Amino acid sequence: MDHVFSSADAVTTALGGTGYLADDALATVTFLATRLNRPILLEGEPGTGKTALAEALAQALDLRLIRLQCYEGIDATQALYDWDFPRQILHLRTVEALTRDGDIARDTPRDTQALESELFDERFLLARPVLEALRAAPCVLLIDEIDRADDEFEAFLLEVLSTWQVTIPELGTVSASTPPIVVLTSNRTRELHDALKRRCLYHWIDHPGLARELEIVRTRLPEVSAALAEQVVTLVQRLRASGELIKPPGVAETLDWARALETVGATRLDAEVAAATLGAALKYREDSERIRASLDKLLTA
Amino acid sequence: MTAAPEQQAEPEPDELLLGFARALRAAGLGVTADRERTFLVAAATVGLGERAHVYWAGRATMTSVPADFPVYDEVFERWFGGEAIPRGRRVEVVRPPVRQAPLDGGDGHGGEADADTLEARASAQEVLRHRDVATLSAADRVAAARLFASLAPRSPLRRARRHVRSTNGSVDGPATLREQLRRMGEPGRIHHRRRGVRPRRIVLLVDVSGSMSPYADSLLRLAHVFVRSVPHVEVFTMGTRLTHVTRALSERDPDRALAAAGRVVPDWSGGTRLGEAIGAFLDRWGRRGMARGAVVVVFSDGWEREGPEVLGEQMRRLAALSHRVVWANPHRGKVGYEPVQQGIVAALPHIDDFVAGHSLAAFEELIEVVSRA
Repeated sequence: MDHVFSSADAVTTALGGTGYLADDALATVTFLATRLNRPILLEGEPGTGKTALAEALAQALDLRLIRLQCYEGIDATQALYDWDFPRQILHLRTVEALTRDGDIARDTPRDTQALESELFDERFLLARPVLEALRAAPCVLLIDEIDRADDEFEAFLLEVLSTWQVTIPELGTVSASTPPIVVLTSNRTRELHDALKRRCLYHWIDHPGLARELEIVRTRLPEVSAALAEQVVTLVQRLRASGELIKPPGVAETLDWARALETVGATRLDAEVAAATLGAALKYREDSERIRASLDKLLTA
Repeated sequence: MTAAPEQQAEPEPDELLLGFARALRAAGLGVTADRERTFLVAAATVGLGERAHVYWAGRATMTSVPADFPVYDEVFERWFGGEAIPRGRRVEVVRPPVRQAPLDGGDGHGGEADADTLEARASAQEVLRHRDVATLSAADRVAAARLFASLAPRSPLRRARRHVRSTNGSVDGPATLREQLRRMGEPGRIHHRRRGVRPRRIVLLVDVSGSMSPYADSLLRLAHVFVRSVPHVEVFTMGTRLTHVTRALSERDPDRALAAAGRVVPDWSGGTRLGEAIGAFLDRWGRRGMARGAVVVVFSDGWEREGPEVLGEQMRRLAALSHRVVWANPHRGKVGYEPVQQGIVAALPHIDDFVAGHSLAAFEELIEVVSRA
């Protein structure tokens, strides 16, 4: 695999084939990431398709997607590898039982050494996402919500992302033959370190405009009628523009809402059915109450 | 420095691109040499045929926060629009580079200076510690500023997800097994473990409106001490708008840090829309994770221009998200103070600790409250 994409337009086409509509900017950044072997750092409002990009990339290139969900307190044993202690003990006990049953005791030093090296064998190694990705490369590695992890974890990632290799003291060094395509996402709850940002190609994803969002709904949910899709998207865009919501709905919510409306069998969006399915788009009581009260106005405006 | 492209001679592409990167650096973006290199490689990869491609290649490689975008756009337009940036002109520098060591009062030199101060000086400091910072003379203010270096905030702690070894507590299965493994399966000592601790995040919301202006300088100095000495601190100023000043305050020297913050904050001594400012903090930062489980300190006198309902509602949200809400009110330390301002009345039910915040001694007390939270 030399170059997976020949140009930015090829990225748009390939992603379009999976139902992910990338604009010119995102396509260029993705193209560069695959060519320069650099991670993509995506920031933006929740629900703008940061995670979906990794999924679409994996699907478009027919590669495996390996996901590492970050959380507060995550450390190397959850990201890289760990030894399977219970299984190692079980193995020891089995060996012990076998030697006891057999009539020859095999406690020569050579055997002890062999037994020890047996314990730190591939089969007792639990590969966590990063190691898994290095071994499985080419693949897509999604490091989701990196801002939730601690600073030290970022430093650790930096090391892996620049050398594409991991050293396991008992086994040796694992390095990726071709670097995986890495997508990092962040919701900006804290600033990431400059060192990490420098390694990455940075892109900020905004909420899409009306036409683009409509296109997204039409591609992702072909079963939803054109008229209904347009109504939903127009309403969602209005909700976002109003600026008074605690959590404005993202594209993911638009899709959920359209799907919900389709499921209840609505053919057009009126105040009654909108109020009944509002929970698909708005996730705060205060938001729902405010919008419910002004639904009529929003729908007719 | 590269020469600005002359009209008569068409510049080489790499010269043109490198010049662009340098222009961005001159405009205040953090374009380092490795970023320059990445940009050149990226531009070569997308090709120079299309203006938009070069634009996105540059933006992906040389910016790192959305705040960089306007500067980037302006420089891009000027550079590739044919108009070069005149040397020495700066667009808007968000954070000036520091190459200077602190002159005095900075951390690191405090101990030395303290050692040979006279006793009389020490007792003067003691008096100063209890004086209201709003009423200090210019000379006292300088002395007080030096005293800020002696404040030593500590992080409040929370239980961590990870365990640490301990002599008591629950049995540590893996460690006990590992011990057994070392003894080739013979039972060994039983290991114990307990949950470790980690520092909690601290969020400081500083009211810089007109009614708080005598305290703004001291409060930001206090915030600077926090930012410099404990991890996970975020600072915002509130006035007619909300400004994130953590970056500006991360300068080492207090005076430079304050000056940097002064450049970032657009609304010194304006009106207050406390409720809305707290709401904006929650919407843009707090709810996404910054306030979750954090100790939030609000420095304000509670004067609210808008009705108190908004403030009450936003304080409720803040209390629901954070671990502990501390309100520091400079007037609290004054004799005869009653919390009667509408704002503070609306906020009180959602506050865990209500403390003073008018003198250095009060700041020490506040630090104690925060570290115990």
